[in-house]
Amino acid sequence: MSERENILGRIREALKVPAPLPGSHDDMSVHASAEAPASHAREWLPSVGASVAEQFDLFARNCADLKTDFQLFANRDELKTALAKIAAAEKWQRVASHDGELSNFASRSLGLPVLLTDQGYDVQAMEKCDAGITECDALIAQTGGVAVTSRSAGGRALSVLPPHHVVIARREQLVADLPAAFALLQAKYAPDFPSMISFITGPSRTGDIERILVLGAHGPKKLTIFCF
Amino acid sequence: MNFVSEFKTRATEKSGDLRHRQFIRTALRGYEVARDKRKGAFQSWESARQAAAETKWEAVNHLDKHLESLVAKLEARGTKVHWASTGAQAREIIAQILRDKKARCIIKSKAMTSEEIHLNDALEKEGFTVVESDLGEFIVQLRHETPYHIVFPSMHLTRDEIRDLFQKELGDAPSNTPEDLTMVARRVMRQKYITADVGFTGANFAIAETGMISITENEGNSRLTAALPKTMVTLIGIEKVLPRFADLALFLPMLATAGAGQPMTCYNTMYSGPRQPGECDGPEEWHVVLLDNRRTELLADAEQRDALHCIRCGACLNVCPIFRNVGGHTYGTTYSGPVGAVITPHLRGLQDWKHLSNASSLCGACTEACPVKIDLHHHLLQNRRNASASQPAFFEKLAYQIFGIVANEPRFWSLAKKIGWLTQPLQRAVKGSALDPAKAWTKTRDLPPMPQETFKDWWRNRK
Repeated sequence: MSERENILGRIREALKVPAPLPGSHDDMSVHASAEAPASHAREWLPSVGASVAEQFDLFARNCADLKTDFQLFANRDELKTALAKIAAAEKWQRVASHDGELSNFASRSLGLPVLLTDQGYDVQAMEKCDAGITECDALIAQTGGVAVTSRSAGGRALSVLPPHHVVIARREQLVADLPAAFALLQAKYAPDFPSMISFITGPSRTGDIERILVLGAHGPKKLTIFCF
Repeated sequence: MNFVSEFKTRATEKSGDLRHRQFIRTALRGYEVARDKRKGAFQSWESARQAAAETKWEAVNHLDKHLESLVAKLEARGTKVHWASTGAQAREIIAQILRDKKARCIIKSKAMTSEEIHLNDALEKEGFTVVESDLGEFIVQLRHETPYHIVFPSMHLTRDEIRDLFQKELGDAPSNTPEDLTMVARRVMRQKYITADVGFTGANFAIAETGMISITENEGNSRLTAALPKTMVTLIGIEKVLPRFADLALFLPMLATAGAGQPMTCYNTMYSGPRQPGECDGPEEWHVVLLDNRRTELLADAEQRDALHCIRCGACLNVCPIFRNVGGHTYGTTYSGPVGAVITPHLRGLQDWKHLSNASSLCGACTEACPVKIDLHHHLLQNRRNASASQPAFFEKLAYQIFGIVANEPRFWSLAKKIGWLTQPLQRAVKGSALDPAKAWTKTRDLPPMPQETFKDWWRNRK
């Protein structure tokens, strides 16, 4: 018999005895509701405000707490100017990006050499890039984070290997909360999900030395979210 | 027996180390403040806990179905799934993958399951180079130590100790600031992600509905581990399953809040396969190893089955007065603190590890802190009961039998009281010394003096 059958056999044998429901104190009655227990999560998670303006406000506050640089622009040209300013301040020499309407616009606007990941790339070359510029699937007001996938953001490494990750997003990509973000990903991709989905909430960090926050442990030291 | 005496020796030593106590208390006070703030931001933390507990209940009590769905979905997208009944089997499966790949260097992100099966030792014995990439794990690996805490592996070390360690082992420690020391580790690790043959990860959740493995981390080391090496190996306990993709919308913020007082951990990443057609990077091969290692034995104990709900957030360790005083290494187990005291007897043998369930004040702080409502302090009591039922202590049993006889017979009882009163000066003379039969108890406690006139005497003689 295979280990698979052994393990499943032991599980089935063990589950012949029912376990009390959580909080029921030995009450063995069966779970009555057909609904998923977490289906009302929205009512318990931190509140987000009803209007889009409130949610952008919350997103901005969360970003400030996380030390993410978030800026909302009236149009593309403003975004372009702000991006050029960062590139100049940090003396970017080359950037990495991927093919996409927003990412192309942003990476080409800089007039720097651009490493594109879409057709495969040299990892050492990406490691030497000063920034990774990507699109995303959603901005999440509740957490101040973004959702990216291996399909929407140029693969797995682009959003973590370069020292500065820049996300270019449209206003319409803001969702209120985590349940909305999961619903969006499911509607957009299921059943053929990208092999990686990542919720990025702030720049890479660690508190492993005396519980003191340090940014840029292994991933990006800086996270910038530009939205218009 | 050794485990008990080792535990007692270390506990005595650590709880007398005032510097250690102060240091841990300061660190955990910071955690408590942040956690309470994040819990307060929830509209209803209590409802969220109940739903999380019920979701885990559903997952664990239909574990066979969820595992079958998980595995079918993973395999459909080219992931190789392995099943391991024991730690030895899991070690051999992983070593065989490395041999097949002719691998030399393995980059690892944090995985308590790998600590549980002592994977690093086994792989290093075979000549593989294993590099822990999580900063805290990297530090304890350099010290040849086990993690102090399941979430904060190096929380027992000061910045000076870490600077000295880096200076000695890496020859690189510009200062003692956490910033500088973190950048040393970043520099060391960067090239390792690129040159390692195999990336190894643990996992926080597995999603039955969509066939995904979810990994939570702050540093980005796990993201890089799962992005750059050609082969990826993930080791996961079979109990980590959640039924639905959407369940993560509740579990991810709860894990971050209970575990570290964060609203959300920096990277929460769901993997559903190796590199797929049309994708530009990611491993060519992904192996997922499902580990039992006596989890099914805990599953068979319906009374304590909810201990398998554990999401390893460490909240129960952080609030435990025992953990705070004796420290993480005293336990001598992979999983320490209250949840470690509950599950270790199931994973490694009740008689050898029952002392952990005795080392508890039963205050219940752990049960209150648990985000998935595991009934931890009652399970400690149940372990005590089970241990004494399966192997009663001879003298304890004898003492209670004699007590039963004496307490049931008024003549014996008043005789015993007289003897007690007469021999009490003797007890005071030997109190706590080797001659005292009750020294374990009396060493640190005073017996109240017995009055010459008992209540019964007073009652009989009252006018």
